[in-house]
Order: sequence, then C-alpha cells, then structure tokens
Amino acid sequence: MSTLNPTLDHADHADHGDHSHGHDHAHKQSFISQYVFSTDHKMIGKQFLITTLFMMMVGGALALAVRWQLARPWERMPVFGDMVFGADGGQISPDAYTMLFTMHATVMIFLVIIPVLAGAFGNFLIPLQIGADDMAFPTLNMLSYWFMWPAIFLFGASFFMYGGGPAAGWTSYPLLSLLREAAPGSGDAQTLWLLGLTFVGVSSMMGSVNYMTTIINMRAPGMTLFRMPLTIWSMFITAILQAFALPVLTAAGFMMVSDRMLGTCFFVPSGIVVNNAPPTVGGGQTLLWQHLFWFYSHPAVYIMLLPAMGMVSDMLACMCRKPVFGYKPMVYSMAAIAGLGFIVWGHHMFISGMNPALGMTFMVSTIMIALPSAIKTFNWIGTIWGGRVQFNSVMLYCIAFVSMFIIGGLSGIFMAAVPVDIYIHDTYFIVAHFHYVIFGATLFGVFGAIQFWFPKMYGRMMNETLGKIHFVLTFIGFNCTFYPMHMLGIAGMPRRYADPYHFPYLEHLLPLNQFMTASAFLMGMAQFLLLGNFFYSMYFGPKCGRNPWGANGLEWTAPSPPGHGNFDVLPVVYHGPYEYGSPVSGDKDFLMQTEYVPLAQRVAAEEHH
Amino acid sequence: MGKFWAVFFTLTSVIIFIVSWISPAMHWWFPGDGNAYSTLGGKIDDLFYLILVIVSVTFVGTSAALGYALWRGAAIKPDEKVWFSHGSHSLEVIWTIVPSAVLLFIALYQLDVWAEYRMKGFAKEKDGSPKVITVVAEATARQFEWRIRYPANGKPLKPTPQPDDIYSVNELHVPTGGLVSITLRTDDVQHAFFVPMLRVKQDAVPGKMIPVWFDATMPGDYEMLCAELCGWGHYKMKAKLVAQSADDFEAWKDKASAEQFDDGYRKPAE
Repeated sequence: MSTLNPTLDHADHADHGDHSHGHDHAHKQSFISQYVFSTDHKMIGKQFLITTLFMMMVGGALALAVRWQLARPWERMPVFGDMVFGADGGQISPDAYTMLFTMHATVMIFLVIIPVLAGAFGNFLIPLQIGADDMAFPTLNMLSYWFMWPAIFLFGASFFMYGGGPAAGWTSYPLLSLLREAAPGSGDAQTLWLLGLTFVGVSSMMGSVNYMTTIINMRAPGMTLFRMPLTIWSMFITAILQAFALPVLTAAGFMMVSDRMLGTCFFVPSGIVVNNAPPTVGGGQTLLWQHLFWFYSHPAVYIMLLPAMGMVSDMLACMCRKPVFGYKPMVYSMAAIAGLGFIVWGHHMFISGMNPALGMTFMVSTIMIALPSAIKTFNWIGTIWGGRVQFNSVMLYCIAFVSMFIIGGLSGIFMAAVPVDIYIHDTYFIVAHFHYVIFGATLFGVFGAIQFWFPKMYGRMMNETLGKIHFVLTFIGFNCTFYPMHMLGIAGMPRRYADPYHFPYLEHLLPLNQFMTASAFLMGMAQFLLLGNFFYSMYFGPKCGRNPWGANGLEWTAPSPPGHGNFDVLPVVYHGPYEYGSPVSGDKDFLMQTEYVPLAQRVAAEEHH
Repeated sequence: MGKFWAVFFTLTSVIIFIVSWISPAMHWWFPGDGNAYSTLGGKIDDLFYLILVIVSVTFVGTSAALGYALWRGAAIKPDEKVWFSHGSHSLEVIWTIVPSAVLLFIALYQLDVWAEYRMKGFAKEKDGSPKVITVVAEATARQFEWRIRYPANGKPLKPTPQPDDIYSVNELHVPTGGLVSITLRTDDVQHAFFVPMLRVKQDAVPGKMIPVWFDATMPGDYEMLCAELCGWGHYKMKAKLVAQSADDFEAWKDKASAEQFDDGYRKPAE
C-alpha cells in the first residue's frame, strides 16, 4: 500500500519487506527477493515475459503436432510422436488429437497471449510510462505472477490423469466437458483444467486491480489522462475489461466444478444418456455455459488485442518520427471496442439454438465493432504517412501488425454476417480469422515490443539482423500457414477434425494442408531465433544509453535498466507522448515528455513556421 | 533498403489477392461444383460474394495506402521535414461515417435471409404468402452417428416415437422441391447438423428440440457431417442426405417400412 502515497522514507524501497530497511541506494537484495519473490514491477514483468516465451514454445509444439496429423493423418510422428505416443506406434490417436488442440488453445490463450500483454508488458511499462516508482500494490503484483504457476502446474498435471488431458476444446462446452463418460479427457483432467483456469483468472484479476489503481493514482505531475501514451490507455481499458468480465468466467467455472463434483445441475438437462451411463437428472441448460463463457471470452478477445494496439501505436510513432495520427480518436475507438465488446458475445452462438431474434441484434452490434477497428487502422496508416520511416525490425513487426490486422478484421465481417456464418461457422475460416488477429496482429506486436523495450529491460540492444531474419521467416511462414485456412473454410472443412479426408469432398485438400504444415514447421523453427536472440542479447548485446530510439516516453528518461524505484529524479510531464518532429524541439526530431521548452523558444518556432 | 520493405509488404498483399483470385480454379473454394443446392444456400452465397467484393475493395485500398505511405517514408530526403500533424478532424469524420454506413448496410441487408432461415412465417412464396414447411423427420445425434425417425406415409411426425415410425441410421431422406423441416435432437453431448452442399448448419443441443428447415433443389446424395466437437470421434459422424422427388421419397418410405417390419414370416404356399 505504501507506494500510493510515497514518502521519502520508502522512495527507493517499494518492497518494504521485513528486511533491509537501510536507506543507501546500493543495498543488496538477496537472490530470492530480487529474482524469485520480487515485488519490483520490472522483475515481475521480465518473469512474466520469459515464462510466456517458454509457454509459447510449448503451445507451438502442440500446434505442430496438430498440423502433423492434418498433413500426414495416422502416420508415425518422428521424435514427438515416439516420445508421447510410443504405445500407439508414434501415431496420434483421435482422442489424443482432441487433447492436442484443446491444450494448444489453452496454453496459447491463458499462458501466452493474456499474460504476455497484461502481465509482462503491462507490468513493465505502466509505472515506467506514467512516472511511478512501482505499482500501487507491489505484493499483490508479485502474487499475480506466482498465481500463474498453480495454473501451469494444473494444466500440465491434467495430461497425466487417467484418460489423458482435457479434450473438450478450450471452450469446454458441456456436456462433453461435464459428464465423465462423455470423453476420455473429461475425467479428472477436466476438473484440473477448470481449476487451472480459475488460477489464471485470479492472477489476471490481481493484475487488473493493480493496473487500474496505479494508472488512476500514481501518475507523475503533469501526466494528465490525455498525455498518457496509448500503451497506458490500452492497458487501462484492458484492466477495466478484465475486472468486469472475469468474475463471470470464474463463477461459471465454479458452477461447472460443482456440477462435476457436488452433483449440482446448472448445465445438465435431465434424461441424457452418455456412453450407456445411467440417465442424468436435473433441469439445467447447456446453453447457459456458452452465454457465461462467451460473456467473458469475447471481451477476452479484446484483452488479447488492445494492449498490442496501444504498444504498436507507440512504436509506430517513434519509428516514423512523427506524432500518432488522431490520438484522441485512437483512445475513443479503444473505449468503443471495449464497450461494444460486452454486447457481441452472442456471435459465437449464432447457430447454437439460442433465440433467433438475438442473432439479429448480435449481428448488428458485431458488425458495428468493425468500425472502431477500421478507424484505428486508418489512423495507423495516417501515422506512417509522411513520416521518416526507420525500417528496423521493430518497425517491420509493427507494419506486419497493421497489415495482418487488416486481413483479420476484414475476414471477421464474413462471420459477423449471420447468414454467411451459417455456412462458415465452425469451419477453418474461423481458425484463419482468429489466428490472423491473435498471431498476425497481437503476437507480431509483441515481437516488436520485445525488440523495442528490450534495451530498457536489460540495458542492451537485441541483434538487428537476427531480428529481421526472424521477422521474415515468421511472416512468410505465418501467411503460408494461415491464409489458406480461409480457403479450407470456404471449402467446408470443419475444425477439430482428426481426419477430414475421411470425407470425399475434402480429400483434394490434403496437398494444401501439407504445404501449410511445412510452413508451420518453418515458422515454429524460426521462434528459436527469437529465443536465441533474446538470451544472447541479454548478456552479449551492445550496451545502450537511456534513450536508444530517440523516443519521448517517460521510461526513456530512466536509466537502462532502471534501478529499484525507476527514476533518479521525479519526472515532470510537459507534453503529450508523441511530439516527434515538433518545430519546437530544436535540432533533434523528438521532444521528451519531460523536456520543458521555454515560452520564447515556442514563440520563435511559431513565427518561424 | 526501406524501399525494399515497402515493396515486400505490398507484394504480400498482391500475392494474397492473387491466391484468393485463383482459389476457385484450384478447387479451394465452395465444395463440389461451387453451387449451392438449396434456395437458402444460393442466397448465402450471394451475400458471401457481396461481402467479398466490399472486403476486397477495402483490402486493395488499405494495402495500397499502406504501401504508398511506406514507400514515401523510405524515400524521404535527409533534410526534408516530416509531416508534423496530430490528425485531421475532417478525415476522422469521413472515415467514421463512410465505413459505418457500409457496415450498417451489410448488417441490415443480411437480416431477411436470416429471418427466412430461422423464423417461422418469414420464408415466403413469390406472392407473399408464407411457404409451407413440411416436417419430415427427427434427426437424433449421438456419439458418433445420426439416427433418423420418419413418420409412416400419410402421418405427421409426433414428438414421441410411434409404433409405425420408420428408422434409418446415417442416411437422411428428404423430398426435393418445397421446404422440409428436420427436428434436431441429441441423445448425449452437443452436435451440429451440417450439410455443406446445402449450406445448412444447426447445433443439436442436449435437452432441446430444434427445428431446422431448408429445401433441396436437386435430387442427389449430399454429404452430411457433425460440426460441433462431440468427442474423439467427432470426425467420423459421416452420413449422407438423400434428396429425392416427392414420389421417390414416398416409395422409399414404403420400402423402408416394409423392410423394417418384415419378420420373415411368409404364408406357406398352398
């Protein structure tokens, strides 16, 4: 609580633990309190980042196994298959296939995308960009990281339960996920999965409360709301989304756990016979789960996107050396996405059997949510327009973000239109769409953010050439893997099929799928370059100063890496965050937020103009 | 080097455009010959192509703008000043109003087809009278097959099984011509009824009976599958929808009924 009203007494001791109450700046922390149970937001951010990078490799491996099955159905999978499915001769069995895609989505969504945005970059950037010495609740912040680990453990342990891992998809629709007899993975594995989900939720909630409090209360003098970088705006809006949406998922999760373990029947109708088990009793509704789940998980889609939008806006302005085009429209459109995001969840349920009149209202709200996304895209292009574009790897990732987001956004319109959705619902079209948004947009944004803020994290630059090679391989691999999925969807190939070629009308798609799998492997391998670059540069990258990019934000006034407490002098903010190329900035092309320009100079610049 | 990247991104968009363009020729497009074999399917395809045109124009426009902006950003001279601009109110107004008009048009234009598919009384004949919907069968999904129950010829389908009902597994017979309705049920978990060639899809939800109506314009066999994850055998709920003329359909039902109720007992020859 201490940092809400900082006093000199603990200005450089945000951890205020029961040890080390010394006042000298050079005090040593123990290894445990510095690297493990750290309450420093920067260390927690790095912990989140490295954890999620490793989880990305795990989720990627699961995805490659899925792709293997689609390219070479029922064939022995070398290495991975021999290790995991040795008993089946190294081939992926149909029930294992359902587990693979379930856990791929679970890992990527709950252990990679959400924590890398809010957990890693939210933690690292919020205090630095608003000029605070730490988060409002440092201990809560530490707990939000450590509550990820029970989730990782529970998801991991679910693979070792009788019957294997959970296999009902990441959406876990009942009754498949609810009745033990329904699938091999619906035994204890599913219970562990639900508990893991709860832990992820608790972790996110701790972060969300902390971010909101910090952003509202701890901004540096002069940092008005409309001088905040768009990253902070996006994190703020994301935190609000999480705070309002998460309780619903947590409640739904507990309802399902209680259905499974206590015999309640929230989601169980009566008279259902699964696998010759005795008929169920109860008067529940399976659709209730879908409503509750998507009431969280649709806003969660924006939780997985908005922070990347904010960070990309920051990086684009810096790399084009000119202000963000339409700062306020950017803020308002993010707020509009968040607001509309709460009334569009039904578009996941167009053909679920809910009241058809709802399909109409949800279609109109869903199509209208494309509007703020379009406004943002136009503003990004406006930001690049007329700038001095620095084509470094940061910029390349950001352009990829914009151009992939255009495709992902446009393909969404097909599915938002209910009649068209009747046909393409649950086909590969949707798989293409969300990979374009979550991977093509968000993950490329994250790659850019890693390259951009790495110097602030470790005081060293990442390797530019490796960054570019990683970019090109990932970008090409990505498009070759996911763009053809639109075609598979139009051809009517349903998702979650272990063997689509079982159906004659899909047989001719095998060669296309093989090409996509090859591209996916290329893309997967390319991620080792990212990891290599990351860990190599951490120790051997060229050292850099405080502001290697010539950027404006408050984080660039702090040392690289910033010490405990972040700033050596309290920053005072005089400008918005995007005054690149301003006529009052003198002979440089940026104007830091802390830089005071005397009136005489401003007048002179005005006259000169 | 900057110009290289501007070309790189523009070229990506061009390749994506070309791949999409040649996809129908490569058979990476709607199944079979590309036509829908139901009235609803035809309308869905029309709407799909309408959106495709709007989306393609937007894609080409934004890609060109992005490519040009990047090229300019690469070609800027060292002494040239950047365009120091915080935005433009009139541009924001234009690119808010124009897309919202287009999007609203797309949304409202779709409503009729949806109503026709999902709301009783909205499927109309040319003269404006509601189309007659014939309830032909009850399709019950279970792990991992479809069980179909038809009423005997000349009788309506009852919600509960009748002694003279006719059953088939993984083969749904429907008459062509007018609208037919299937009552969808499931014995166990959630499934979805999907006939790609007819562009029809609807979830089967535990504890619910959901009517789904469509017409088959041409007699023939159409593949029928499950589109909602229902367990390890989700991919093997392979079935077929047999569309036949009304006469053939009645004849088939008589034949199926005779086979079903045949107990092998024949009167001894006299």
